Amino acid sequence: MSTTVDKSKVPWWVSNLIVPLVNLTLALLVSALFIFIAGENPYQAIKLIIYGSFGYIEGFAYTLYYTTNFIFTGLAFAVAFHCRLFNIGGEGQAYIGGLGVFLVAINVSFLPVPIVWILSIAGAFIFGAAWAFIPAYLQAKRGSHVVITTIMFNFIASSLMVYLLVDVIRDMKQMGPHTVALPEEMWLPSFKDFAALFGINIRYSPLNASFLLAIAASFFVWYLVWKTKWGYEMRAVGHNTQAAIYAGISPYKNIIIAMLISGGLAGLLSINEVLGVHHKIVSGFPAGYGFTGIAVALMGRNHPIGIFPAAFLFGILYQGGSEVTFDMPNITRYMFVAVQGVIILFSGALENLFRPQIESWFVNKLNKQVEA
Amino acid sequence: MEFLSDIASLTNSTLRISTPLVFAAMAGIFAERSGVIDFSLEGKMLMAAFVAAVGSYFFGNPWVGLLMAIVVCVSLSMLHGFASVTHKGDQVVSCVAINILIIGLTTALAAAWFGQAGLTPTLTDDQRFLEITLPFTDALREIPIIGLIYSDILSGHYIFVYLAYLSVPIVYWIVFKTSFGLRVRAVGENPSAVDTAGINVFAMRYKALAINGVLIAFAGAHLSTAVNANFFREMSAGRGYLALAAMIFGKWHPKTALIACLLFGFTDALQIRLQGVELPTIGTIPVQLIQAVPYILTVVLLAGFVGKAIAPRAIGQPYIKER
Repeated sequence: MSTTVDKSKVPWWVSNLIVPLVNLTLALLVSALFIFIAGENPYQAIKLIIYGSFGYIEGFAYTLYYTTNFIFTGLAFAVAFHCRLFNIGGEGQAYIGGLGVFLVAINVSFLPVPIVWILSIAGAFIFGAAWAFIPAYLQAKRGSHVVITTIMFNFIASSLMVYLLVDVIRDMKQMGPHTVALPEEMWLPSFKDFAALFGINIRYSPLNASFLLAIAASFFVWYLVWKTKWGYEMRAVGHNTQAAIYAGISPYKNIIIAMLISGGLAGLLSINEVLGVHHKIVSGFPAGYGFTGIAVALMGRNHPIGIFPAAFLFGILYQGGSEVTFDMPNITRYMFVAVQGVIILFSGALENLFRPQIESWFVNKLNKQVEA
Repeated sequence: MEFLSDIASLTNSTLRISTPLVFAAMAGIFAERSGVIDFSLEGKMLMAAFVAAVGSYFFGNPWVGLLMAIVVCVSLSMLHGFASVTHKGDQVVSCVAINILIIGLTTALAAAWFGQAGLTPTLTDDQRFLEITLPFTDALREIPIIGLIYSDILSGHYIFVYLAYLSVPIVYWIVFKTSFGLRVRAVGENPSAVDTAGINVFAMRYKALAINGVLIAFAGAHLSTAVNANFFREMSAGRGYLALAAMIFGKWHPKTALIACLLFGFTDALQIRLQGVELPTIGTIPVQLIQAVPYILTVVLLAGFVGKAIAPRAIGQPYIKER
């Protein structure tokens, strides 16, 4: 840090808009280099990404469908992060959340559909939260680092679900490792039904009412973290544990609650996947969305207002990326996993790379304007 | 006699399976003793496996692959240092970034270059490391006990197995018996005191990270150019995290970390043995449960049945030099 800047003089849009955009640009430049190394033309790839995610209505609906997943997992990571906890177990929590959705929905199918939905959402949240509980407890009481325990719980969740899907809850009439389908009246209304109201005919779309739940979850997180006493306490623990203890705030309680809410939010991903898209549990449905949530949250600076555009950007990358993999034989979907890593690097770990220079440049420029 | 040979083969596989964990735990000790968290062991091991396999394939010599893996892993450690030591970025975020980047990049590049869904081409025998038969193996085989230990347990391993167990006393000696090691530990415990004594904290952390990179490269090369003859997607399978758990369980100490690594190796060797075996009274254990055992064991070890783990005091904190 060659230059120091008086933080109070830096306008909010410089630190929260300009700096993240510069970091994102750097990340995308490095990603373009990867595409070049893999033997394809980066410019052509970008054109395909834009076309795939915006060029036609089904593509755009897919973009929003991915966005839904990333909002859930991004919020999940962000809530824990405000308590300085790295919940990288979103993947496993979402997977177990799916079990909650399915078990609830199949057992209360006699109830009116809206009530089934509400109970399923509760099921997803509670199962996801429960899967985060042991890592949370061990972090709070034993200091076992959540990064390792949550990763291990991802592996364990995967083994458990494969066991259940193969031996216990599998649809015995079918070969594949998945459950029976839920009754059709329980399926969440999809974008296809919605478009049909306006006379627009769409063949298939995974986008469904979960998108609205994701927006609601964003408001819930904003209110909880910034507008309640608990949110304040949790941020205090994250910011300075010693000071929080001195102020009479229990770090144990806050660590556990933060992880439970985080796990619950990750669990909600399964509402989109199980109730909205597949209508059953299919093996491996979290498909890396939990990890992408980390990149989304860090890019969105752990605030719902930032997480939404970040989730949308990753929606574009995912949907546009699948367009790229169709047309460019040398690019697989793993290339976009690498892109996530680069984005986490530049908007997370290296976020201070050019921050002092950019901030001081703007402060100097604004000072000159005031003097003139 | 069958029981004895069972024990021998189980011990033999334990030594082999623990090898990458031992390298990774030793690598972790250097980084964390100097005050830098290193969850990126997982990613670096995977990258080393990829680079070693690709290098050995193109140059027809596994040593070239190993050398390239060392260069790449040291560079990744330097990247981690650049983000978290120089720019004071969050160390855990930096590690998570490196891990995700490498899971994606290795598979993407393997697919782009070799078009085989994330596999590198199978290496021929002169492109990879082979098992080493120690001298007099056949002559000593007939002697009871000694023959069993020497010929069936100690002989016939890949070079990395011997190097891994050799690295433990060396790491112990460097960390606890040399002035360099004292400085590394001091930087991780109380960097401002070290700074006052005129030692460059940043340089010490970079040096520790460089050694970390060299050690972890061996773990990856062992996976792709010795035990297996190619790289495949996510072949490190959580071993970096397991090793880190072993290191924490071993209280950042080479000897105890080694014991924890061997415990992991033994569980893994046992789970391979138990798959599909009918046990008395219990019956067949579901294969998924058996496969999850190393991960469950990691959580149990971290929960710490032997008291709370005390990390180096300055771990995870970027050092800010006072003006």
